[in-house]
Amino acid sequence: MKSVVAENIVKTYRKGAVLALDGLSLDVEEGTVLSVLGPNGAGKTTLVRVLSTLLEPDSGHATVGGIDVIKNPKGVREIIGLSGQYAAVDETLTGWDNLVMFGQLYHLSGAAARQRATELLAQFSLADAAHRPIKTFSGGMRRRLDLAASLIIRPKVLFLDEPTTGLDPRGRMEMWGVIEDLVREGVTLLLTTQYLEEADQLADDIVVIDHGRVIAHGTSDELKNQVGGERVEIVVAEANVSPATEIIERVTHGQATVDQGLRKISVPVSDGTQTLIAVIRAFDEAGIHALDLALKRPSLDDVFLSLTGHVAEEEVVVEPGKKKRGARA
Amino acid sequence: MNGIRDALIITKRQLLQLTRVPEVLIFTTIQPVMFVLLFRYVFGGLGVGIKGGYVQLLMPGIFVQTVAFTLAATAQGLAQDMEKGLIDRFRSLPIARSAVVVGRTLGDGLLNIVVLVVMGLAGFIVGWRPTSGVFHILLGFLMLLFFGYSLSWAGIFAGLISKDARVVANVSFLFIFPLTFLSNAFASTTSMPKALQYFAEWNPVSTMVAAARQLFGFHNTFGVTAHSLPSEHPIQTSLVYMVLIMGIFIPLSVRRYKTASSR
Ligand SMILES: Nc1ncnc2c1ncn2[C@@H]1O[C@H](COP(=O)(O)OP(=O)(O)OP(=O)(O)O)[C@@H](O)[C@H]1O
Ligand SMILES: [Mg+2]
Repeated sequence: MKSVVAENIVKTYRKGAVLALDGLSLDVEEGTVLSVLGPNGAGKTTLVRVLSTLLEPDSGHATVGGIDVIKNPKGVREIIGLSGQYAAVDETLTGWDNLVMFGQLYHLSGAAARQRATELLAQFSLADAAHRPIKTFSGGMRRRLDLAASLIIRPKVLFLDEPTTGLDPRGRMEMWGVIEDLVREGVTLLLTTQYLEEADQLADDIVVIDHGRVIAHGTSDELKNQVGGERVEIVVAEANVSPATEIIERVTHGQATVDQGLRKISVPVSDGTQTLIAVIRAFDEAGIHALDLALKRPSLDDVFLSLTGHVAEEEVVVEPGKKKRGARA
Repeated sequence: MNGIRDALIITKRQLLQLTRVPEVLIFTTIQPVMFVLLFRYVFGGLGVGIKGGYVQLLMPGIFVQTVAFTLAATAQGLAQDMEKGLIDRFRSLPIARSAVVVGRTLGDGLLNIVVLVVMGLAGFIVGWRPTSGVFHILLGFLMLLFFGYSLSWAGIFAGLISKDARVVANVSFLFIFPLTFLSNAFASTTSMPKALQYFAEWNPVSTMVAAARQLFGFHNTFGVTAHSLPSEHPIQTSLVYMVLIMGIFIPLSVRRYKTASSR
C-alpha cells in the first residue's frame, strides 16, 4: 500500500512569479524510506509543507495514509509527524516543558504526556539536559528534540526536512542512528536532503528533484550506477606513474585514468574502502610513495552533472513564458 | 470543548515562560509603576483646582495607556513564534485553528491582571483615591482588562502578517503613542484645536479613559463634543469600540492563521 501519494503538485509563490513545484509526482510505499534529494531551492521544503498540510498546492492531488491533504487536513495531522528544516521548539522552555506541552496538544492526559516526554528524552539521549532551556542546547540536541516532538503520537508517516543540515559530522552520525532506529520500528519516512551520502545511508528509494520536478528516481545503487559510483584517486611522488598505474589496475581490476601532469591516477571501484587498503598494501610492498590517497564518492553535484549535464542552479524568477536562471552561490 | 482545552495549554505555556524567564514579568510590571511615579511627580502639579489632585484624572489615563501596550506585546510574541517556526509546528498538530491565537490573547490578558493590580497599588500609594465604591471600581478594572484584550486581537493580526518581531513591536507603538497622546489621557482635550478635539474625543483611547474616570468616580471634561455620544455615554461607546475591534480582527486573524507561514 502507498502511504504517501503526490500527483502533479503545482505550487507557486508570489502570485505565480516563483514556481516552486512544477507538476511533481511521487509516492512512498508503506514502511519504507523515500529520500527526496535536491539542491537549494529545488522545492524540497515546499513539497514537505504541502504534504504536511501547512501549504495548499495551486493544483494537484495528494494523500497521506490514504487521507486527502486538502479535503481533510485535520485527519492527516492526526497521523503524521513533522520535523521542519529548522528546529521549531520553544527556546525559553526546557526540553521537558516542550515535550509535555506538545503531548498535551496531541490530547494525551497530563500523566501520559509526562511519561511520553520521559521516554522520548531517554530515547534521544537528552535525559541529562531535560531541564535545561533549549537556548542552551547545541544544534544537534535541538534537532533531536525537534524530532522527538514530532514522534509523540508515534506517527504512521514521518516527514523530515533536511534533518542533518547544519550539524557537525558527529551530530550527523547521531541523527542517522536515531533515524535508523525509527525506520527499524516500521515508520514510513519521507526525508529530504542535499547529501547523496545521506540518502544512500537511510533510504530505500531516492527521488532527485530540481526546479520542482522529478529528474530521476531509483534505488541508491541504480542512481550510483548511473553516476559512476566510487573512485579511488591517488597522487604519487614519482614522475613516472606507470608502475603505480599497473599496480592499481592489477588490484582493482579497473581501467585507470591518469593525469600525467598532476601525477594523479583515478580508478572506479566497487568496494571502496577494502580496495583502498589493498592498494596501500601493494604500494607499500613495491616501495611506491603516495602523496595523496582518497576515496571519492559521487556527490550531489556529480549526480546533477550526469543527470542534467549541468551543475545544480537556482531558479530565480519564472515569468510567464520565460525562465531566468541564476547560478547558485 | 477541545478548542478551549488546546487554547488553555497555549496559555499555560506562556505562563511557564514567565517562570523560566522571570525578568519578563518583573519588567512588565516595573514599567507601568515607573509611569505612575513619573507622571504623578512631573505633571502632578498641573491640574490645579481638581478635587483630590491631578492624580485622580491621571491614573485612568496611565491604566489605559498601559493596557493599550498589550497590542505591541501580543504582536511581538506572536511574530516571535512565527520567526522561530513554532507556528508551523502548531499548525501541523491536530488542534483547533483558533487555539494558538486564543491562547495567546488569554495569556496576555492574565498578565494584564497582574499589571493592573500592581499599578492600582502604586497609584494608591501616590494618592489615587477612587470614590465610586467597590463594585464600580471592579467594573472599571474589568473594562480596562477587556479593552486590552480587544487590542490584543489587533496585535495577533499584526503579528501574523509581520515576519519580524522587532519590526512589528515598533510599528505597533507607532500607532499606540499618537492614539494615547491625541486623547484626554494626560491632558484635557479642551485646550486642543477644534478639529483635533473631535478626533481626540472620539478616539477609543479617550472614550475608555472617560469611561474609567466615570467608573472610578471622577468626571471627565469635554470640549466641543460636550453633548455628543462619547461624552454622554463613554462606557457604552467604549464597549461598542471593543466589540468592533474584535469583530474585525478575530475573523481576520483566524483566517490568516490558517495559511500563516514562517517564511
Ligand atoms: N515564501 C516564499 N515566497 C517566495 N518564494 C519562495 C517562498 N518559499 C520558497 N520560495 C521559492 O521556491 C523555491 C523552492 O523553495 P524551497 O524552500 O521549497 O526549496 P528547498 O529545496 O527546500 O531549498 P533549501 O535546500 O534551500 O531548503 C525556491 O526558488 C524559493 O526561493
Ligand atoms: Mg528547504
